Amino acid sequence: MKWSEAHLSDVLVIGAGLAGERVAIEAASRGHTVTILSLVPPRRSHSTAAQGGMQASLGNVAMGYGDNPDIHFEDTVKGSDWGCDQEVARLFVELAPVAVRQMAQWGVPWSRVVPGKRTLPDGVEVEELPEKAGLIAQRQFGGTAKWRTCFASDGTGHVLQYAMDSVVVKLGITVHDRAEAIALIHDGKECYGAVVLSLRTGELRPYLAKATVIATGGYGRMYGVSTNAVINEGTGMAIALDTGVVPLGNMEAVQFHPTGIVPAGILVTEGCRGDGGYLLDKNLHRFMPDYEPVKKEVASRDVVSRWMVHHMRKGYGVESPYGPHLWLDLRHLGEAHICTNLREVFTICANFLGINCVQELIPVRPTQHYSMGGVRTNIHGEAVGLTRLYAAGEAACWDLHGFNRLGGNSLAETIVAGMVVGEKVAEFVQEAPLTFPFSVVEDHLAAQAARIESLRRRASGSENVYELRKKMEETLLEHVGIFRTGEGLQQAVTTLQELYQRSQDLRLRSSGLGPNPELFSALRLPGMLRLALCIAQGALLRTESRGSHYREDYPKRDDVNWLKRTLATWPPGASMPHIDYEPVKITELPPGDRGYGTMPIK
Amino acid sequence: MAERLLTFSIFRYNPATPEIAPRMQEFQLDETPNMTLFIALNRLREEQDPSLMFDFVCRAAVCGSCGMLINGRPGLACKTLTQDLPDRITLMPLPVFKLVGDLSVDTGVWFRQLNENLEAWIHTDKDFDPKAQEERMDNALAQEIYEAERCIECGSCIAACATANMRADFVGAAGLNRIARFLIDPRDERSPWQVFEVVGTDEGVFGCIGLMACDDICPMEIPLQQQLALVRRKMAWAGLKGK
Ligand SMILES: Cc1cc2nc3c(=O)[nH]c(=O)nc-3n(C[C@H](O)[C@H](O)[C@H](O)COP(=O)(O)OP(=O)(O)OC[C@H]3O[C@@H](n4cnc5c(N)ncnc54)[C@H](O)[C@@H]3O)c2cc1C
Ligand code: FES
Repeated sequence: MKWSEAHLSDVLVIGAGLAGERVAIEAASRGHTVTILSLVPPRRSHSTAAQGGMQASLGNVAMGYGDNPDIHFEDTVKGSDWGCDQEVARLFVELAPVAVRQMAQWGVPWSRVVPGKRTLPDGVEVEELPEKAGLIAQRQFGGTAKWRTCFASDGTGHVLQYAMDSVVVKLGITVHDRAEAIALIHDGKECYGAVVLSLRTGELRPYLAKATVIATGGYGRMYGVSTNAVINEGTGMAIALDTGVVPLGNMEAVQFHPTGIVPAGILVTEGCRGDGGYLLDKNLHRFMPDYEPVKKEVASRDVVSRWMVHHMRKGYGVESPYGPHLWLDLRHLGEAHICTNLREVFTICANFLGINCVQELIPVRPTQHYSMGGVRTNIHGEAVGLTRLYAAGEAACWDLHGFNRLGGNSLAETIVAGMVVGEKVAEFVQEAPLTFPFSVVEDHLAAQAARIESLRRRASGSENVYELRKKMEETLLEHVGIFRTGEGLQQAVTTLQELYQRSQDLRLRSSGLGPNPELFSALRLPGMLRLALCIAQGALLRTESRGSHYREDYPKRDDVNWLKRTLATWPPGASMPHIDYEPVKITELPPGDRGYGTMPIK
Repeated sequence: MAERLLTFSIFRYNPATPEIAPRMQEFQLDETPNMTLFIALNRLREEQDPSLMFDFVCRAAVCGSCGMLINGRPGLACKTLTQDLPDRITLMPLPVFKLVGDLSVDTGVWFRQLNENLEAWIHTDKDFDPKAQEERMDNALAQEIYEAERCIECGSCIAACATANMRADFVGAAGLNRIARFLIDPRDERSPWQVFEVVGTDEGVFGCIGLMACDDICPMEIPLQQQLALVRRKMAWAGLKGK
């Protein structure tokens, strides 16, 4: 290895979504050198795709008056089905308003309160007061007691990411895009940085830092149908798992969003239902009030998704070449509303379905959407198991969301966690010396170089990367989805184990030279299969239902045995994860009834 | 829909093998209902040539990754339905930007440079007070800013622009739109004159020769002509008035 090629900085942030950039800004503005890595230019990160909004208890709109952090806290804990860390939730709800307002100062054109009366689709009349004019507006999202979701027209994630990245540009923070961290450099105790693959040239280079932060987003793309961007392959979690000492928390907690369009899986925002959209079945019957008389379409995501699948199983789905689906009806909201506040939805329908949603129904079904699980950290974002390693955003299990994330709480989490973790990282690197054990760095680099070499030489192996990947996606979707059973999960584990074995035997069909997509996929696949096994095995062992994890053979939440967080580690050379547990921290709100989503599914 | 056999003619070049000259390669594929170029290209890669390079991220027309020349016209591949194209489809990388390989170009580095040059961030002396309520803004103004802020930096307008194809330092429609966004935002305390110093030149607003291809092809349908006119007006005025 050429040491002259090593890249040095105080802080290495892996991931340029909202979480990674917010951490970087915090550390850089405190005087430290920061390098951000990303698979794609920062503004193309998955965060950009979020349409709906970001929760913060400002209490600016009529339906949100009286809102405060306590109510936001209660919603978050209930939403998590008591799976979250209450200390983290408390810190989060207090800081969310600060985060929203700071983003306003950085340039986000938040939609604002317009005084006057209007009638909501369900006939309720509301009046926005003149004294609130011009404050940040808020809309309704599922599972919240107040209207709390701040939004910018139809492109909240886009404007947040652009405003955030403009601060990164202003501060002159180094960004290396088309660069993938493929292994962490560590000695089992401390983390020293990462081995990084250039997606421009296929070359390897070590990035060394006093502190390394994983902010690589979720793993939606491991499922066959997902609302996630195609780069959300869980690689950040996979390299943490590969250390053998860093646990991943609650990997079995996988959220499905009620309204992915059929067949593409592209999401139409929860704002559709928040703003008054209905779900209809094949008889054009609005079925949600039958199951959830109070919350109807705006019950929590896990609840709505389950009722939808349940209703389709009872034969009320609309048949299509892509399997059954339901309808989302926005027509009664009117053209003016749809074409401003839901314009993104309008264009998605036009582009990908060829329909006009002002006049036509939208085909939808629940679709994989969010990974609550991730790199287990403490409240400061420090990874468990390795010092000098941190994690934030969807890649982390901080753990704000427990077993179900509330809509709008993720954008808020990325920024709040970015602030909190960034501060901690800055404090740490202030004191820490920049030292590296040379042999550890060389060993890690050599190991990765050897993997690439053997794939490029196509010396052995027979397996096709795309074929194995497709099987993994199908297995997760079929057996580790919305409804789970012991039998199905066992089958998933068996299949995934077999796929994992086969993935040790990949053979490229191309040369693998340069920016070669087949080589890049081949390097990722074994790690993805290890993650898949963590998800499936965690789900198999958890014999209860909590939040998005629903076991048909154990339909009740079981606080006596399962008020605990799953921790998965992967011992070196193992063929299965090691599963362990830790208690969930309850500080303010003892486990109780969620208040909805409790009707038995029959 | 009648089953069609599509023929794709795709630009190929791998910089790691410079001895193989750039060339067009043909592929064939059966069309399926609602097929987009995202679906088609992925099938080509998985079934026919795993070395094929192209970029998609959101595959939903919101991230700007997949700009390319589709039958000669810049556009987003992810939202282009094959049913809207003839059965011979030519795909080329966007011009102006540095080529990564095949259909993949380096828009990220280009736009980072642009945003640095334009100082495309809010310039303010105000410190952030975490305890204060947010400053108020009229909703109509917020929407107006959002209208310009919607640009996804896909590079289509730059690729379509005669000036940008001739001179590397031209900020193009995306750059001027970005400036418009900051000019109308009261949170940015720069005077028009300070902005003039950044774009009141031939590399900036006065380099545009008015062919307006940008406005025709913008996949986000941002009213670029209007934004350009706004910047021109403000810059002409600032130029006259001076400091
Ligand atoms: C369609 C959609 C709509 C959504 N809408 C909302 C909403 O309205 N409200 C809400 O609160 N939440 C929403 N979410 C969820 C929310 O957008 C995400 O959870 C959040 O943006 C994740 O941000 P992040 O910074 O953690 O990761 P991301 O934005 O996913 O960024 C990950 C970054 O890591 C980089 N990366 C990944 N792996 C590597 C690697 N190995 N090496 C180097 N770089 C790497 C990527 O390039 C990227 O820059 C939505 C999600 C989806 C799918
Ligand atoms: S892939 Fe995001 S715009 Fe096409």
